[in-house]
Amino acid sequence: MLSIADLKSGEKATIEDVSTEIIPLKLLEMGCLPGNTVEVLKLSKFKDPLYLNINDTFLAIRRDTAKLVYVKPIQTTI
Amino acid sequence: MSQIKVALIGNPNTGKTSVFNKLTGLNHKVGNYPGITVEKKVGQLKLEGGVKVNILDLPGLYSLNTNSLDEEVAVEILVNDKGENYPDVVVVIADIDNLKRNLLVFTQIKDLGLPCILAINMSDNMHKKGISLDIKQLEQRLKTKIALISARKNSGFNELKELIANYKNLSIEPCTNASRVDKNYFGGLKEKFPQKNIYKLWLILSQNLYANEDEKNTIQSQLEDFRIKSNLELKRLQQKEIIARYSFINDTLKKTLTKDIKQATGLRARLDRVLMDRVWGYVIFACILLLIFQAIFTFASYPMDLIDESFAQLSEWISALLPDGQFTRLITEGVIPGIGGVVIFIPQIAFLFLFIGILEESGYMSRVVFLTDRIMKKFGLSGKSIVPLVSGTACAIPAVMASRNIENWKERLITILVIPFTTCSARLPVYLIIISLVIPNETFFGVFNYQGLVLLFLYVLGFVVAVVSAWVLHKVIKTKAQSYFVVEMPDYKPPILKNVFFTVYDNTKSFVVDAGKIIFAISIILWVLASYGPNDKFSNAEQYVNNEITAQSLDLSDDDYQTRIESFKLRHSFIGYMGKAIEPIVQPLGYDWKIGIAIITSFAAREVFVGTLATIYSVGSEDEDTIKNKMNKEVNAITGEKIYNFASGISLLLFYAFAMQCMSTLAIVKKETNTWKWPLIQLVSMSIFAYIVSLIAFQLLK
Repeated sequence: MLSIADLKSGEKATIEDVSTEIIPLKLLEMGCLPGNTVEVLKLSKFKDPLYLNINDTFLAIRRDTAKLVYVKPIQTTI
Repeated sequence: MSQIKVALIGNPNTGKTSVFNKLTGLNHKVGNYPGITVEKKVGQLKLEGGVKVNILDLPGLYSLNTNSLDEEVAVEILVNDKGENYPDVVVVIADIDNLKRNLLVFTQIKDLGLPCILAINMSDNMHKKGISLDIKQLEQRLKTKIALISARKNSGFNELKELIANYKNLSIEPCTNASRVDKNYFGGLKEKFPQKNIYKLWLILSQNLYANEDEKNTIQSQLEDFRIKSNLELKRLQQKEIIARYSFINDTLKKTLTKDIKQATGLRARLDRVLMDRVWGYVIFACILLLIFQAIFTFASYPMDLIDESFAQLSEWISALLPDGQFTRLITEGVIPGIGGVVIFIPQIAFLFLFIGILEESGYMSRVVFLTDRIMKKFGLSGKSIVPLVSGTACAIPAVMASRNIENWKERLITILVIPFTTCSARLPVYLIIISLVIPNETFFGVFNYQGLVLLFLYVLGFVVAVVSAWVLHKVIKTKAQSYFVVEMPDYKPPILKNVFFTVYDNTKSFVVDAGKIIFAISIILWVLASYGPNDKFSNAEQYVNNEITAQSLDLSDDDYQTRIESFKLRHSFIGYMGKAIEPIVQPLGYDWKIGIAIITSFAAREVFVGTLATIYSVGSEDEDTIKNKMNKEVNAITGEKIYNFASGISLLLFYAFAMQCMSTLAIVKKETNTWKWPLIQLVSMSIFAYIVSLIAFQLLK
């Protein structure tokens, strides 16, 4: 399954599931929950950390945390 | 007249601090909760009719599920209804842009059965962002009263104050039903404790709250059946809770909030593109650092010189005014320079916090964290460590204070511990004089001056050692707290000057009051050690010097005579004997007892080095050239070699680069970590490290 860490800059996805046991609760509280949309706004050098828009909250998380959030990319038709 | 106790709570970046400042103005106090390092901000407000309101600004949090000491304190206060800080009414600050997320903590507090007011900040932006809100319906659904406020435009505060005054009319009904989360678990709780608030019980069960041990133990024993067995199960329930709350909030907002999608997010995207660019981001950050560095280094030197002079003049003036004697000297040589030694740091601290305040307020600081996190992470630091480390090159004191906004305790502690390795401005006078003595003033390739290169090398060395020791500490220090990195990227906003002012004011004040006491005390102890001697060679110094002069038939001017006496006294004061005592220890490093004294006094502050040597070498003025000449002429009585040669000079430079010689920094580290353990570890380990490095350098080079 894909995680946020697999997304490219500018890509949007729907959150499918999270690794409940190890994910920081704070991330869930900020809206990182199944069903919500996530967009990767920017990747920094070495792709870590990631700058995201999750459910209209703008935040940065480290790559190892991003791997804990499983997503399904939203196909955008250009 | 009774007081209303208000707790101010809300997510970070909602303008909670602005609201607090607006409500209380200068009428507030910043301190610590007893026994811990969490900052406590309390302010007063008087309502119409003379009712006094006590406002407690709780640490910002995203929910009542805690993962830092700050958050535990906040939740503890809300849960412990017998505590002295337990509020009569809670004001939850939300901001209009992030209402959905801000409401999470609101619904939690509401479930605790506390009267709650929802203050929606930045409401002046509503129209601009195309947001409209059905306040009536929202109040009904959330079972609360809402105040639309704007700290920036100063609107809505009268309504908020009125709601606070009439807090008794607020509903204390919860707006969500906790049993919705998990029927079995919460249903069981309700059955067993029908009289209690089950959400409160849940928090006691799930959070690590520490205060009120007695009550905690009785409750805990009753709750034993409900203890959650595994961490995973706990997390599952917490996740369910969050999902249940968000579904309630989504439902509620769907019916009450409409948002025109063509909102203006353009500014954020445009600024982010430049400020967070993989190349330009770093260039711009470097320029901003340079500006801050300049300000702290150069601009601050004007007020600092002024303070220095004023205190010297004050001393002179008082010593002329009062009759000569021990008391007068205690005042003019101990107390006044002691106070001066505290006040002198104010300009640098104020400048640093001025910039930090602006950068934080504008939203730029989070971008810097984003840019630097990856590099700092490798060394056990966080992106948030960069500002303290860079500020350390001006002065470690404000730098240690600036590390407060690192939430992760381990990363914060490591940052604090390594800051003193960075080359602070107090090392500069020492470096300059030693370099000019032992490094040739020549250039190679016609451009690079050796002296300049050595100075640059010392700066780089300080930073490298700081980072490397951070890495070592990262491997050594073990903490239970799980490390996480979730940084909100707030909107860009022009800073509110009042908030910046309070940042500067509060931090400066806390330095002057708290660290000041310790610096002041140690200055007086040092003065006593330098002003008294164990035998009559100190008290009858004139006689001994007179004898010397007659014996050697010297012809001295008045000034030279005075300084000779001073120097004789210093040699036979307690501190002089201490210098002699440590001579065997410093000899392997290439120093004599005079440098030994200078090193002891330097533990008060490094810059004292030059002044101490000036006194010891009987130099009347602190004119650099004269001291330099004297130092240059110093020879070893046995070997006839120069005392300040290449080997001992390098050894001395390295010693000053690494040794923890600054009581002000130790004082502030004690304050920030709330124990003497860490400053003592710093003092001992850094000084031993400095000793070993200097020893090796001298033995190799001599």
